[in-house]
Amino acid sequence: MSAVLVGLLVVGFAAAALCLLLPPAGMRAATVAAGVVACGLSVWLVPTASGGDLTAGSYLRVDALSVVFLLATGLLYAMVAVYTVGYVEGQHGGTDMAVYQRRFYVGLNLFAGSLLAAPLVNGLALLWIAIEITTVVSALLVAIDVSDTATEAAWKYLLIASVGLGVALLATVFMYYAGTQVFGSSFDLAFTPLVSAGHRLAATPVRLAFVLAVLGFGTKVGLVPVHTWLPDAHAEAPTPVSALLSGALLATSFYAVLRYYQIAVAAVGPTFPRRVLLAFGVASLLLAALYLLDQRDIKRLLAYSSIEHMGILAIGVSFASPLAAFGVLLHVVVHAVAKGNAFMGAGVVVRRFGTKELAAVRGGITALPWSGPLLLASVLALSASPPFGVFRSEFAIVAGGLAAGRSAPAALLVALVTVAFVGLTWSTTRSLLEPADAPEPPGAWAGAAADGTSAAFRTTVARTATVTGGPGEPSAWMVAPVVAGLAVLVLLGVHVPGPLNDLLVRAAAQLGTGS
Amino acid sequence: MRPVPDAFAGTANTIAVLVLLTEFAMLRAALLRAQLRLYAAQSLLLSILAVVAAASRGIPDLYVLAGLSFALKVVIVPMVVTRLLRETSAEIAGSGALGVASEVLLAIVVAAFGLFATGRLGISSPVLPETALAVSVAVVLVAFVLIIARRDLVSQAVGFFSLENGVSLASLVVAAGLPLILEVAFLFDLLVAVVIFGVLARVTHGRSGSLMTTSLTSLRG
Repeated sequence: MSAVLVGLLVVGFAAAALCLLLPPAGMRAATVAAGVVACGLSVWLVPTASGGDLTAGSYLRVDALSVVFLLATGLLYAMVAVYTVGYVEGQHGGTDMAVYQRRFYVGLNLFAGSLLAAPLVNGLALLWIAIEITTVVSALLVAIDVSDTATEAAWKYLLIASVGLGVALLATVFMYYAGTQVFGSSFDLAFTPLVSAGHRLAATPVRLAFVLAVLGFGTKVGLVPVHTWLPDAHAEAPTPVSALLSGALLATSFYAVLRYYQIAVAAVGPTFPRRVLLAFGVASLLLAALYLLDQRDIKRLLAYSSIEHMGILAIGVSFASPLAAFGVLLHVVVHAVAKGNAFMGAGVVVRRFGTKELAAVRGGITALPWSGPLLLASVLALSASPPFGVFRSEFAIVAGGLAAGRSAPAALLVALVTVAFVGLTWSTTRSLLEPADAPEPPGAWAGAAADGTSAAFRTTVARTATVTGGPGEPSAWMVAPVVAGLAVLVLLGVHVPGPLNDLLVRAAAQLGTGS
Repeated sequence: MRPVPDAFAGTANTIAVLVLLTEFAMLRAALLRAQLRLYAAQSLLLSILAVVAAASRGIPDLYVLAGLSFALKVVIVPMVVTRLLRETSAEIAGSGALGVASEVLLAIVVAAFGLFATGRLGISSPVLPETALAVSVAVVLVAFVLIIARRDLVSQAVGFFSLENGVSLASLVVAAGLPLILEVAFLFDLLVAVVIFGVLARVTHGRSGSLMTTSLTSLRG
């Protein structure tokens, strides 16, 4: 059993080491193999962890909660690893191609390895270290294209996230202090003793630590108002990195917030932590929904959608009902897959049309016979349309909120999610479905001018002419993972398999919402 | 009746106040090199505090920590940043968005806020030097002012390192018994962060020929 945990811990780092040595074909094989192995191992943990906790030594431990996050990262790692093969092939790196390729594969595997490490480690201090490592590795990946905008985004990301993690370190210190009165002056901040210590922990330091943790780790989750690095980094990073940032890094940081939540609920009761999460969640959802309405860059659009979904997670936890908690944890998994899908589809569009401007992309569905419809389906899945898994998870969150008698936040959630749905689908469906060179019906300009978009529309028509050649996909490697991801989303939307259901129920109970 | 503070509490409080003073001095230091020297001095104070804590509380692990933190924060980090400054032959003077006087005034306000807010929380225990804890929160807040007010990459990075010093101060005061392996991992992390900060600063310099953040304004919305 413990071998599985060690395997998950080392698989990403081992692949990174191999990528330092092997020729290009070997790098591709190692990366894909590592992704598939990580995915397989995390799926394999599902039935085991729904039965009980697993440990390996005193530093590695997984319970149901951590396996949910391992599953999200593992699934996404496998998808992204396959996608990267196609992505890197067609990328004209600014520097020498061989060097670029090696850097990319090594960095990607290191990043995925550190993301997998965070839910595996046992203790708040080790968790902080793992999350800090994800920051430094991913900041380099954001900058890998060495353009002006990429460097700017990477600097902002590194500085803001590091400062946020400085605050999170302060949270760790205060939590340690809260524990010294129970465990003596030297202990290692492992989860189980802290949670079971409950009321014996000093209340004020725990409250302070929780708020600092939400603020500090919340910087990496992308909670408003400490989200400012997020749209830049997601938009400027290479697409596979954007997918991992959005689907796995944000979730992993949210995992850290949940660990503090667990301890805070045990120590000071549920009211205070829930209020804090509700405030941050509503702020994030509100701001992101408004930004989604008027977004011109396809990757920034998806980045704001990530802030929206993190807000949904925070609100869902604050509902304090087992059903809502179940929904939140399912949402972590389906959001990772759906957002990964959407980014990967958007990456194909960007590759094909040579621009991230939504207004400059028209007729996507004819130019990209596979990726066009797949991106459309992914965006619909992401905005919680049935029959996809995101619909099920958001439905559970809202139903849980209503059942727990928190109808005002639940209604607000539904309203804002609808606004976000409009923003997300309106611009992407226009880019995909509107034909590139539609014959102008008489009066079309007048109609366009009435809603004030005529200038943008005209430049659009001029610019879309640059796409040459018939329909065609850049690479099959960039299509296959999206198909797989959609299959997972449909499966989870139609039926949650028994073992996964058990796992989610057990993890929801861990969040202390049964009380 | 309040007990007389023991030797550790007295030393911790004194060193904490000195750390806060160096933070203020960094705020008013115009030259990047002066700022780096102040950072080194601040880190030295922390290493001394670690030695004092090790001796007075009988935690031998802290001697190792003091040694490592000395090597890393007093020697290696300033050396790396100085080399970066020399290689990029960057502007030697950092630049603030505000005048020095307004920066210092602002910093006094936030430091006082941190000091009194932490005092009001009423976190207390027989072994805890409360003043030092409140001062460390003030150090973190002043470091925020430093990062926000400065407009060059080096000052921002050094501001972040000194923020980390503020957190180290808090951790020496309230969490001295934290296992050594974790402390070492924290330091290792800092080292990695320093290297990455350096790489990105160098890339930015290569692109825009400057280390000012005023050239980093293309991403909005």
